[in-house]
Amino acid sequence: MSAQPSTSSRRSRLRLIVIQALVFSLLATLGARLYYLQVVTGEEYRGKAASQSVRDIVVQPERGLIVDAEGRPLVTNRLTWVASLDRTLLGRMAPHQRHRLLGRVGRVLHLEPREIARKLVLCGTEGAKDGVCWNGSPYQPVPIAQGFKDATALRINEQPEDFPGVVVQQQSVRAYPSPYGINAAHLLGYLSPITKDELDAAEDGGDTSVNGASVVGRAGVEKEYDAWLRGQPGYQRVKVNANGEVIGEDSDLKAQPGDTLVTSIDARVQGIVERGLHQSIMTARATVDPVTGRHFAADSGAAIVMEAKTGRIIAMASEPTYDPDVWTGGITQKQLKRLYSEAAGTPLLSRALQGEFAPGSTWKPFMTAGALTHGFSPDTILNCSSSVRIGNRDFHNHESAGYGPISFAKALEVSCNTFFFQVGMHFWLKYGSDPSDVKAKDPLVAEAEKFGFGSPTGIDLPGEASGRVADRKWRLAYWKSMKSYYCGLADKPQDSKTSDFVYKFAREFCLEGYMYREYDAANFAIGQGDTVVTPLQLARAYAALSNGGTLWEPRVGKAIVSPDGEVIHRIEPEKQGRVHLPASVLHYIDEALKGVSREGTMYWKLIGFPLDRVQIRAKTGSAEVYGKQSTGWVASYNEDYVVVQMISQAGTGSGSNGDAIRKIWEALYGVDGETVHPNRSVIDGVTPPDHLPVFGRDGSILPPAREED
Amino acid sequence: MATTPVTRTSTRSRRTSGAGWLAWRDLDLVLLGAVVLLGMLGCVLVWSATIHRDDLTGGDPKAFLAKQVVNLGIGLGLMLAVAATDHRWVRILAPVAYVCAIAGLVLVLVMGSTVNGSRSWLMLGGLSLQPSELAKLAVVVGMALVVAERSEGRWRDRVGTADVLLMLTVAAVPAALILAQPDLGTMLVLSATVFGVIAASGAHRRWLVILAGGGVGVAAFAVVSGFLEKYQIDRFLAFTDPGRDPKGAGYNVEQARIAVGNGGLFGQGLFDGSQTNSGFVPEQHTDFVFTVAGEELGLVGAGFLILLLGIVIWRALRIAARTDDVFGRIAAAGIACWFGFQAFQNIGMCVGIMPVTGVPLPFVSYGGSSMFAGMLAVGLLQNIHLRTLTAPASRMQPAQRVLVRG
Repeated sequence: MSAQPSTSSRRSRLRLIVIQALVFSLLATLGARLYYLQVVTGEEYRGKAASQSVRDIVVQPERGLIVDAEGRPLVTNRLTWVASLDRTLLGRMAPHQRHRLLGRVGRVLHLEPREIARKLVLCGTEGAKDGVCWNGSPYQPVPIAQGFKDATALRINEQPEDFPGVVVQQQSVRAYPSPYGINAAHLLGYLSPITKDELDAAEDGGDTSVNGASVVGRAGVEKEYDAWLRGQPGYQRVKVNANGEVIGEDSDLKAQPGDTLVTSIDARVQGIVERGLHQSIMTARATVDPVTGRHFAADSGAAIVMEAKTGRIIAMASEPTYDPDVWTGGITQKQLKRLYSEAAGTPLLSRALQGEFAPGSTWKPFMTAGALTHGFSPDTILNCSSSVRIGNRDFHNHESAGYGPISFAKALEVSCNTFFFQVGMHFWLKYGSDPSDVKAKDPLVAEAEKFGFGSPTGIDLPGEASGRVADRKWRLAYWKSMKSYYCGLADKPQDSKTSDFVYKFAREFCLEGYMYREYDAANFAIGQGDTVVTPLQLARAYAALSNGGTLWEPRVGKAIVSPDGEVIHRIEPEKQGRVHLPASVLHYIDEALKGVSREGTMYWKLIGFPLDRVQIRAKTGSAEVYGKQSTGWVASYNEDYVVVQMISQAGTGSGSNGDAIRKIWEALYGVDGETVHPNRSVIDGVTPPDHLPVFGRDGSILPPAREED
Repeated sequence: MATTPVTRTSTRSRRTSGAGWLAWRDLDLVLLGAVVLLGMLGCVLVWSATIHRDDLTGGDPKAFLAKQVVNLGIGLGLMLAVAATDHRWVRILAPVAYVCAIAGLVLVLVMGSTVNGSRSWLMLGGLSLQPSELAKLAVVVGMALVVAERSEGRWRDRVGTADVLLMLTVAAVPAALILAQPDLGTMLVLSATVFGVIAASGAHRRWLVILAGGGVGVAAFAVVSGFLEKYQIDRFLAFTDPGRDPKGAGYNVEQARIAVGNGGLFGQGLFDGSQTNSGFVPEQHTDFVFTVAGEELGLVGAGFLILLLGIVIWRALRIAARTDDVFGRIAAAGIACWFGFQAFQNIGMCVGIMPVTGVPLPFVSYGGSSMFAGMLAVGLLQNIHLRTLTAPASRMQPAQRVLVRG
């Protein structure tokens, strides 16, 4: 030990060097780690920093207006309060804090905390409830309530410390000013929140116009022109502190309002049409059906006013209807159930283009066209007997009336069924007396298809039904699809649930349902049987009679106008096809239908109407439907307009619809009693304006100049 | 044995009686400069961290800046006072400081306030003191004193078993009191410092092995025996995986990393750090002050801060290496270990490589106690430095003070 006098001292000095090395290596470690954090992985942390210190508040764009041809607003927007919750901040809270906050928010907004919690769950994660869960970005505040009072909004906004992470903002929602008391629910459509799939699809397609809180058009023009009306959402980025309180603006991408849709609808006409249809239904319901002895059910109906030369829709109504405002700000389950409920008559269904009904006698003009171009002539005279025997059954005229030998014109005028039975049977016998021959020629079927029946009209409204021309091909296909059902029914012994008729029908159908028999052809010729049309198809076909054979794709939209009043896009009517008929045939039918108004089945509803000045051509119809009261139709037109109205289960066409049809014509031409005052027409200049309303630079709309009465 | 130190002290006091005033140029100016820079940087960072925190400042954005400037001023005063104090007085006052620190630690346990789960704060009027900060210095000085007093009476320079045990005893009393608070962070720093002091004292290698082994053993025992609850272990290990304690330490870890990572190479600019302004990092003006530097000054600024700390430690170790005085050497080395480990612990926590424990960053974090303790230590370093300069000359010419180096 004495040999090493200063062991500790020396050791100590050596150790100082070691300590120095150690300490500096520790500091070097810190430096390296710092480099790694800030430079190597800095980008990742900058992303995280941005995402938590910046809150993207989506500013929903103001949806475009929908106006009528005169610029009257049909759909506008109003402001409503929306409260949203910041999920990120909520996630950072301790469970009891979170619970307290939800409780407090719930008390103020009258919501159950559980309800709020359910809305905050991201769709696609565990416990997410469809339709309630949040399908937007997890970094955006989740809307939890809207439409509450100003006082509530004020309370939350003035006490941010009590409501950390609660964002209360105004948002615009749809409003329905209802000019002239119109409803037009089916025409306008409605909005509902975007679904996760739609959002994903939009994101995949690079579409930035929607976000998780977007509402999109679901029906009517709201759906058809959604892309125009939608606008572009804005993003307001605000800086938030750790408590989620907004501490400053970061950037602001203004929302772009949607474009205005100008429709060809005329609110005044629409109002008259709606009231007329409603009144007709109410009258029918108060009337006793002489056939069944019950009051008419008049469960549904539709009315259309179309511009004959262009196919533009001037008015379109459907009953039963609903208040489009029920969709605003979220529909309740109960309300939604009612819209789909059959007991309430499925108000969501637009009868005008989605309802399919047997056309009845309104079908006859097209059969006439087919007959006159295939061997029959205006000189043809057939016996309009009170009944015709087809196979082993007698087929009767309406009320078994007989008119003796008559021409096509007279047959249309009096709506003689037995006349057209013979026409139908003639072609059946001529071309395809074999009931199972699918390929047999049928000029009447071909004519119906030429007039656009059996396929969609191509109107700019979604969900259109195509109707059905019940020809041989359809019959076979239908039989194939239903065979097993009816054969199953027929194979079993008849039980109490199946009536004699159904049992007999099932047996017959099972064996020979594919056959297109003589009476099928006869029925086809009078618009009965399995052929169904939409009121829109019928209106368009009559428009073709009016305009010389052009089959227009009906249009509701007329133009797209930007928010600053610039016309972006004119929606021109498109020709879907053309019915090639000799002018003489068209003229013949036209004259015959004038006769219907003057002395035919429509006459009793047009007594005193100045038909010499407003030459209404009309055709009435009442289609028999098995198990139901008959469907009443009136189709009418002149050189300007087509007016069609139908009511299901309301009796005869003229009886149920005649008064309403007359009122519409009176309004369109300013008819007062027996005189015509064109300046009193509801549409200035009588015919629909070709020009658009005048749009100011600020988006204000001036109606087209007119002398208002 | 007991009389020897007294004789020695009396001789020394005669020799150095002339050095009553402070020679500015004799101070270790590099050390002083680094410390002052660190302190000023700290003031700015504390200011930036609290500028938008109305909940803390009560509406005056400069409240914390003002207090920290005062802290820095008092600290510098204390430092200069210690530096200027005669060496023998330092050795006389050292045990007093040690006793004061112990008394403070006892008082804390009796009447202290609990902050963040530790009973570490003494509220005296409007002033809050953290005796454990002072205790670190007291332990270093106490241990150095024990070795010095025992070695200077002997002809052979050897740190034996008795010395080590005495040193451990000196450390054990405050350590036990700190553990009782409980203040794990200070305990860790203290352990590392004690280890460093014993190593620097020149004790035999086996002591280091025993101490290291003992430390690992105690840690393992604490975990295995269930002395530490699972949540405490999770909290401790949250830096490896913030998910272990997502609402507590894990949140701190994650937010600290985000703030530092957000800084990038050159930072967001002073007062412009988005995370700092928004108050995402908890305790950002105290324990997590480094994240302010990280976010607002970037790698460059934060690296500079580490560099300054490195300079302080370098100077401390240099002073330790240059002095002939046993007390000075061990004390300076101990202070270097203390600063070094505490800085590593604190910054390591901010960058996510050390557990989240409440230790301040020396000279930078907001708080008086930490600043005063650090400045006292620097004062002691300067004192040792001055003695190194004057000692050889005073030995040759006892009555006269001669400047050897400028």
